[in-house]
Amino acid sequence: MTTRNVFITALALAAGAAWAQPQPAQLQAAGSEIGFTTKQMGVPVDGKFGKFSAQIALDPKKPETGSVTFAIDTGSARFGSPELDAEVPKPTWLSAAKFPQATFQSTAVKAAGAGKFEVAGKLTIKGQVRDVVVPVALTQAGANSTASGSFVIKRLEFKVGEAEWADTSMLANDITVRFKLALTGIAPL
Amino acid sequence: MPEAHRHAAARYTRTAIAFHWLLALMILGSLGMGLYMTSLPFSPTRLKLYNWHKWAGVTILVLSACRLLWRLRHRPPADAPMPAWQRRAAHGAHAALYTLFFAVPLAGWSYSSAAGFPVVLYGVLPLPDFVAPDRALAETLKALHKWLAYGLAAVVAAHIGAAFKHQFVDRDGLLLRMLPARR
Repeated sequence: MTTRNVFITALALAAGAAWAQPQPAQLQAAGSEIGFTTKQMGVPVDGKFGKFSAQIALDPKKPETGSVTFAIDTGSARFGSPELDAEVPKPTWLSAAKFPQATFQSTAVKAAGAGKFEVAGKLTIKGQVRDVVVPVALTQAGANSTASGSFVIKRLEFKVGEAEWADTSMLANDITVRFKLALTGIAPL
Repeated sequence: MPEAHRHAAARYTRTAIAFHWLLALMILGSLGMGLYMTSLPFSPTRLKLYNWHKWAGVTILVLSACRLLWRLRHRPPADAPMPAWQRRAAHGAHAALYTLFFAVPLAGWSYSSAAGFPVVLYGVLPLPDFVAPDRALAETLKALHKWLAYGLAAVVAAHIGAAFKHQFVDRDGLLLRMLPARR
């Protein structure tokens, strides 16, 4: 190998190393929750997803190398009302039998201030894909990190609540999704 | 002039009459709505009726408080002549009605809170929750609200029956006391 080729190879390897994915973090199910809230004729309605998984790789000092993937069990939505719990998996709403998971796949992660990040990606619910930008605040205590934030989605864009339920004066279009994730294995901020 | 007519000439105030008929309409309407809406399947229509029913119930509660205050400061007309047992029954029925005017909506409001659905009056004014969400408590309050409402319906039916009896059987002009005076 010529000196030039060695040099180019070394440069390529170094660049590759700089862009290498950070180690994946571990999601602690116990301290994590994904919930959502909307309004029905002015009355707040809150729910939570009981089952979800995430693959998160983030180096806070090099957020652009990070990636976030989520899979939420659409049949696990719980409202504290047995009637709503039974209703939401139906085809008019999340259609859980046909679309057992709602997913999020990040396309870009960037820093947005101290301990704050913006994760842009594609959110897929009921077969509908939309671009979202999720603001994330990261706090750390020792080896434990907590990522939290919220963002608003328009349920009609994902066909959640079809036909007679598309009336947004009955049920608001805006759904605020809130999340709090307990993670280990994230490098220091 | 027949004695009965002379006594029946004393009537309720215009305010009391207005409260009576307005609340009668709202209470009968809410009782009917309650029966109908609970028979519907889960749908936007049912949700809308439930909310209207709650708004009506809270409105009835507030108006009943105003009405009670008015009654305490403006005594109703003296009892018309009637056997003592009828007089006692009338007073008992009116006391039961006033009690239920408050108990039924309060039970309903609490039931809504316990079921996890805060009441937002007219869709804009969030009202306080008397109890935290609690499914078991919700079931109890639901039954309480339902049975108190049936009780109210029964006393209302007796009240209407008695008023008609006085008007068409006894012919003592009692009903006229609660109708606006002819000009």
